Amino acid sequence: MTQVLEKQRESSIVVEKKGLTTNYAIAQAVKDVDVDVIAAYPITPQTTIIEKLAEYVANGELDAEFIPVESEHSALSAAVGASAAGARVFTATSAQGLELMHEILHIASGLRLPIVMAVPGRALSAPISIHGDYQDLMNIRDTGWIIYIASTAQEAYDTIIEAFRVAEDPRVQLPVIVSYDGFLMSHTTEPVELYDPKVVREFTPRRLNTRPILNPEKPTTIGALATPDWYYEIKYQAINALKLSRSVINEVDSEFNEKFSRSYKPVEGFMIDDADYVLVTYGGAATWNALEAAKEARDRGLKAGVLRIRLFRPFPADDLTKALSNAKAIAVVDRAVAPGSPIEGPVFKDVYIALHMAGIDKPMLSVIHGLSQRTMYIRDFYELYYRLKDIAKVGKSPQESLFMGLR
Amino acid sequence: MGMAKQIKVGIRTIWDVPKEEYFGPGQLTCAGCGPSLAVRLMLKVAGPNTIIANATGCIEVTSTQYPYTAWAVPYIHVAFENAAAVASGIEAALKALNRKGIANTKAKVIALAGDGGTYDIGIQALSGMLERGHGVLYVLYDNEAYMNTGIQRSGGTPRFAWTTTSPVGSKIRGKVQSKKDIMSIVIAHRIPYAATASIAYPIDFMNKVKKALDALDEGPAFLHVFAPCPPGWRIDESKTVEIARLAVDTGVFPLYEWDHGKFRLNPPSNAHIDKSKRKPLINYIKPQGRFAHMKEDEIKAMEAEVDNYWDYLIRLLKAFG
Ligand SMILES: Cc1ncc(C[n+]2csc(CCOP(=O)(O)OP(=O)(O)O)c2C)c(N)n1
Ligand code: SF4
Ligand SMILES: [Mg+2]
Repeated sequence: MTQVLEKQRESSIVVEKKGLTTNYAIAQAVKDVDVDVIAAYPITPQTTIIEKLAEYVANGELDAEFIPVESEHSALSAAVGASAAGARVFTATSAQGLELMHEILHIASGLRLPIVMAVPGRALSAPISIHGDYQDLMNIRDTGWIIYIASTAQEAYDTIIEAFRVAEDPRVQLPVIVSYDGFLMSHTTEPVELYDPKVVREFTPRRLNTRPILNPEKPTTIGALATPDWYYEIKYQAINALKLSRSVINEVDSEFNEKFSRSYKPVEGFMIDDADYVLVTYGGAATWNALEAAKEARDRGLKAGVLRIRLFRPFPADDLTKALSNAKAIAVVDRAVAPGSPIEGPVFKDVYIALHMAGIDKPMLSVIHGLSQRTMYIRDFYELYYRLKDIAKVGKSPQESLFMGLR
Repeated sequence: MGMAKQIKVGIRTIWDVPKEEYFGPGQLTCAGCGPSLAVRLMLKVAGPNTIIANATGCIEVTSTQYPYTAWAVPYIHVAFENAAAVASGIEAALKALNRKGIANTKAKVIALAGDGGTYDIGIQALSGMLERGHGVLYVLYDNEAYMNTGIQRSGGTPRFAWTTTSPVGSKIRGKVQSKKDIMSIVIAHRIPYAATASIAYPIDFMNKVKKALDALDEGPAFLHVFAPCPPGWRIDESKTVEIARLAVDTGVFPLYEWDHGKFRLNPPSNAHIDKSKRKPLINYIKPQGRFAHMKEDEIKAMEAEVDNYWDYLIRLLKAFG
């Protein structure tokens, strides 16, 4: 979890401790980093973020242009235009809105624009559902964005601040998504420590003149047509930048820790060092329920642990394999599905590949749970530890995903 | 280039046209391309302090082949349906950055799209931009079909025209539907300035560019520029301007303005209220391969459509003139 370091935090940095939903924490962070343009379209469960931002702008608390666009496609398109013109830009969406943006997601990363977007995850139609899962996020994972998945309102607040630093770093220049549980986090109030906006702004200095922008003083053509002769090289630069952003992400987190005495690793382990059985999770509800179950299992003598993936893209394969190298059996809990795949858990596939690439072959279980917010009970996670124990005994990975909570 | 700015006074004769070029040479359009002429003339008036947001289409693919560019002004292409949204974002960014003292960029923003990117796939973004009141000039270059993908019909293709998706068969003969009245849709947004223009009337067109840019402090402006495409219309590449002029002179494409709530017909179209002052429609239809299949009754039907549109314009003139 959040590591508050021993080092005494400068008391002046935290100006307030407040009860905030993750959505409001996001809006607060967007205000604190002083964005210039917000272009957004409402959709549950994202809506309260942009309502709050509209309020900030209307009250003069945030000096920004709020563009109330007519669709998510236009939200991201306007964000692209504004970012290309040199502005610091934020948008947010969920589910159908993220799908409607899809075309422009690839373009935003291809054009190397440091847009930051919040995505409280939600189930995709049909059947239509406004409730939370991560199907929307999984559908856009290959669009070249940096993707964080936060697990608390505090982390979401902190991650937005880190995200602008990472996105705008001249070595990165890529858009960033900060995702988290729709409803279970977006609409749940938690205590959040808010920092002095002056310090936040010092931490996220404007980097003018580090990238080509639309400026008549220095005309540039953005979004040129690449023939097959050039496409591959240009695309590869963006792919490579995403890969190399790992070091900047770590660097920014270290500096964040220096300044705000909080740090988040790409993967975060709980009782992981000596764990025989590990549940790999992402997001808030799955992680914290798994942790409760792990504690209970430990009480009964089972060496249970949890590994939360916080940085989803670029995928922290090295940190993940290191953390899992001592486990006897591993389950990956996915709140999304990859229908028709050899196995249906999308993040399971990433974890499986990462381990096998590192030459680690352990019994693994793909778990699907929490779709459209199907309740994930602590006892479900508890049960998973005992399943892992059995699987470890057999020494073989089940060939099918386990659809938990399915009636 | 540094000295030239957006022209201050209107253009009276061809000698007043700025000599500076901000588009091409080096762009790869076909010989006789109407849209490329429209862009060139537009930028002569707009000058260097202009930012272009271009939709996917012929102009985009022919002007930005990496590592070359035909644009001497800042330019962005994002996708096909979103030029108006991208331009909205640029305009908002400049506003915020200038207000906050982060930048000091005095530039006019122009969204540029074809008929496909405007009448059809881009109409939602266009309507959004107009409704929100962004200070952006939207220029529609109308070559009456999706040319970039090889001549498919659009909402801006005229009735009876042959295209590859409105072929001339034994049962269906060219496009069945009429051309959408995009100007009325735009005007319904009550923006300060909207006008039609033609590459065949360059002085009228360029003055309208200036008027439109001058209106941007109040809100959006829109120009509907008629721009023939030789391969798409099956005309000789030397005939682009001639055909464009015939479109105006036969009353098919009237020149008019919606200027702060007032409707005005511009010369020579103002004389065409009197049908006898219009040239015969056949002069326009005859030279174009896309209309070559048209029989007498079809030509009559087309003429009736032109007359109907004129009736509508005359009523507009009475109400808002
Ligand atoms: C979403 C999407 N659908 C389809 C296309 C393919 N496409 C590219 S340009 C074009 C036609 C453009 O027509 P128009 O706007 O009239 O411009 P023109 O090519 O005639 O200049 C089409 C269909 C695309 N790029 N994006
Ligand atoms: S196809 Fe038509 S519009 Fe496209 S470049 Fe050629 S002449 Fe111009
Ligand atoms: Mg066209």
